[in-house]
Amino acid sequence: MKEISCKLLVIGAGPGGYVCAIRAGQLGLDTVIVEAGKPGGTCLNIGCIPSKALIHAAEAFEQARARAGGDDPLGISAAAPSLDFGKTVGWKDAIVSRLTSGVAGLLKKAKVKYVQGHARFRDGKTIEVETETGQQIIRAENVVIATGSAPVELLSLSFGGRVISSTEALSLADVPQKLAVVGGGYIGLELGTAFAKMGAKVTIVEALPRILAQYDAELVRPVSKRLAALGIDVLVGAKAKGLPSKGDALLIETADGKDRKIAADKVLVTVGRRPVTDGWGLEEIDLDMNGRFIRIDDRCRTSMRGIYAIGDVTGEPMLAHRAMAQGEMVAEIVAGHRRSWDKRAIPAICFTDPELVTAGLSPEEARALGEIKIGMFPFSANGRAMTKQGEDGFVRVVARADNHLVLGIQAVGQGVSELAAAFGLALEMGARLEDIAGTIHAHPTQGEAFQEAALKALGMALHI
Amino acid sequence: MGEHVIRLPDVGEGVAEAELVEWHVKVGDMVREDTVLAAVMTDKATVEIPSPVEGEILWLGAEIGDTVAIGSPIVRLKVAGEGNVQEGDATPEAPEAPQLPPQEKKVVPDNPAKPAAVEPEKKQPVAAPAQPGGTRSAGIGAPRREGEKPLASPAVRLRAREAGIDLRQVPGSGPAGRIGHEDLDAFIARGPQPGKVSGLVRNDRVEEIKVVGLRRKIAEKMQLAKARIPHITYVEEVDVTALEDLRAGLNKQKPGADRPKLTLLPFLMRAMVKAIAEQPHLNALYDDDAGIIRQYGGVHIGIAAQTASGLVVPVVKHVEARDLWECGAELNRLAEAAKSGTATREELSGSTITITSLGAMGGVVTTPVINYPEVAIIGVNKMMVRPMWDGTQFVPRKMMNLSSSFDHRVIDGWDAAVFVQRIKALLETPAMIFVEG
Repeated sequence: MKEISCKLLVIGAGPGGYVCAIRAGQLGLDTVIVEAGKPGGTCLNIGCIPSKALIHAAEAFEQARARAGGDDPLGISAAAPSLDFGKTVGWKDAIVSRLTSGVAGLLKKAKVKYVQGHARFRDGKTIEVETETGQQIIRAENVVIATGSAPVELLSLSFGGRVISSTEALSLADVPQKLAVVGGGYIGLELGTAFAKMGAKVTIVEALPRILAQYDAELVRPVSKRLAALGIDVLVGAKAKGLPSKGDALLIETADGKDRKIAADKVLVTVGRRPVTDGWGLEEIDLDMNGRFIRIDDRCRTSMRGIYAIGDVTGEPMLAHRAMAQGEMVAEIVAGHRRSWDKRAIPAICFTDPELVTAGLSPEEARALGEIKIGMFPFSANGRAMTKQGEDGFVRVVARADNHLVLGIQAVGQGVSELAAAFGLALEMGARLEDIAGTIHAHPTQGEAFQEAALKALGMALHI
Repeated sequence: MGEHVIRLPDVGEGVAEAELVEWHVKVGDMVREDTVLAAVMTDKATVEIPSPVEGEILWLGAEIGDTVAIGSPIVRLKVAGEGNVQEGDATPEAPEAPQLPPQEKKVVPDNPAKPAAVEPEKKQPVAAPAQPGGTRSAGIGAPRREGEKPLASPAVRLRAREAGIDLRQVPGSGPAGRIGHEDLDAFIARGPQPGKVSGLVRNDRVEEIKVVGLRRKIAEKMQLAKARIPHITYVEEVDVTALEDLRAGLNKQKPGADRPKLTLLPFLMRAMVKAIAEQPHLNALYDDDAGIIRQYGGVHIGIAAQTASGLVVPVVKHVEARDLWECGAELNRLAEAAKSGTATREELSGSTITITSLGAMGGVVTTPVINYPEVAIIGVNKMMVRPMWDGTQFVPRKMMNLSSSFDHRVIDGWDAAVFVQRIKALLETPAMIFVEG
């Protein structure tokens, strides 16, 4: 097959890779993107988007079920609902395919050449791609490694059969009757909650003393409360030991050291994600590493000239929007613009019930840097939250005590994921408490809690 | 509650006034008995003034650099109980400036932001924001700590990046030191090479440094010397090859407690003793006010020495009675004492003639300033190997210049020349230094 030469080659068409390629194409760079799977990567195909679809469907089903109970405070009564999970998955798949074909269309529009196949470095400038029609050699002046991440597998619970990763969980044929989730991070909680709402008996097994361990206890409390209300068993300090030789169950060792068997027709393992650093010829180019990740500088340059890396393969936080921002930046750098990583905040969201958002520094991190002020406003004092039956949770603002510069914002509550935009903007613009307090927040919205939290930090809260 | 006034105590025999060189307290401080309040400097020494009582500082009666008469009030304290001030008594100590001779008034007119100034700083809130006008100058807005990220919106950051400007260099005028588009415009409009970390930046800062303490003493002494003494400076070169050979030979012998490593100075000192024996009027103090020259029998050589706080002149007394080794040992001891600040007043005064030497930094020629009221100073320049013509060829010789100044009112140029030539002859044939008679 004829060799291709290009200015920029992107390996991996996930959110980092495809954004990088689109921007590069827009800037007139001769760009090629290689993807072994479908465009959109983990995020669109087996991550963010499909999980949000299932979470939404589960939420709708759960509400209908609650109303069928006959004691709905809103006065709605309905017959007991039923769930055609096959149809749910079909709906989810339709969204995914709309988005992936959308990405393919955007790449085409930006005149990016899309090569389907598995890429592998031959050397720093040459990539071999195994395509369906044979080997394709691509020579590139610049290469962006955007190979992403994959679920971590436990030795005692290797994937296959009843043991599934998040990927399989998003494409099950039926809602499992009994689902054991190993790992109480955000992925396990999001999926576990969704399946519980769709009727599964869910048990979450977490090795650490608490779930969502990277967030402070105050922030996680409403989530724990809701998990209990949904009848989800949360076993903290417990270790998954493996599958029993017979029967649908999971063996665990509980916090007090006892062995226990949990009934489970499916075992979902969500114990984190690892960067994909194998299978594409890292050994051929021998890049400097930063632990498991590829080491990059503030321009996403690796230790080899002309080779960049973006996204999950470069480290935490493994979030699509970080990869996108990096991808955009790298495309502009390759096009000759002066750019470097200067973002102040990468917001993170858990689509748990209720949702959880963090942006910037936690109170603990901020305190380590100097004296701080904290303002917290509960949704129980917010009119809109009441009308949405979403009174659990709060917005919390952390600022420097001396000049009131906002350092971090956290929120937990129904639908707070949409507040991430305001939080990110406030931090990126360098807002002070007075800026947030002095901005009119439309009434009645949950966003008012953000303004009130800032007022509270200034000692001037109105509604509490 | 009463008031206790502390007056400047008698800090030394025959001292009528002292210069306040340091405040250790400020108004509002609580002090205990024996807390050091201030340091004052007299002609003789620096003395710390302790508090005799416990109380709160109400008033400080002088500023750093002020000369205060003995017995004038310097501190007022609020104390428990009676205090030492009667009601009617209070007026004389009203907080006017302490008695200063008019010319002593500070050079800087009236700067309220002086260290240990009496007060009024605290009245305004600390972060008085946005002074009208001048908001574009550097340093407006919250100071950015080392390593702290500059605060700017993404749009400002992008513009700065495109313009090649490092935002860390840009002062932010916004709240919390935020850098706005205006700040960036101003920064671009300003320097000739904006943005380059290594670029040349104008510095319009003027720092006011009060001339106090030792620095002031030096300044006064130098001014007196130059104002009163018409200096004549005479420079001659000396071939010190033989002297250096002798010195190296002596130093090769095992040094002991009584045999310090010799520098060139002890030789020079001994040579000066010989020369002075022939020209005793060079070893004298000229009291020009009284019109009297005091010619001394003893040769007391001051050695100008640089210390961390400035120039001091420890004195080797009675050099005529010390041999080479004793001169060396005494020199070492005094240099140490001067450096560590432990030299006594006696060790720092009483010279009748002075040597100034900067060693390897000595340069080719200097114009030494006479240590008033002495009449002569010998300056030692650096030694170097120079090609000298011996009548048939150039030979490498260790050469060193002596730059010496004399008070032309009482020393004629001829006498000065004879004196230096005599020293030169002694140093060039060092055996002559040790020949008696």
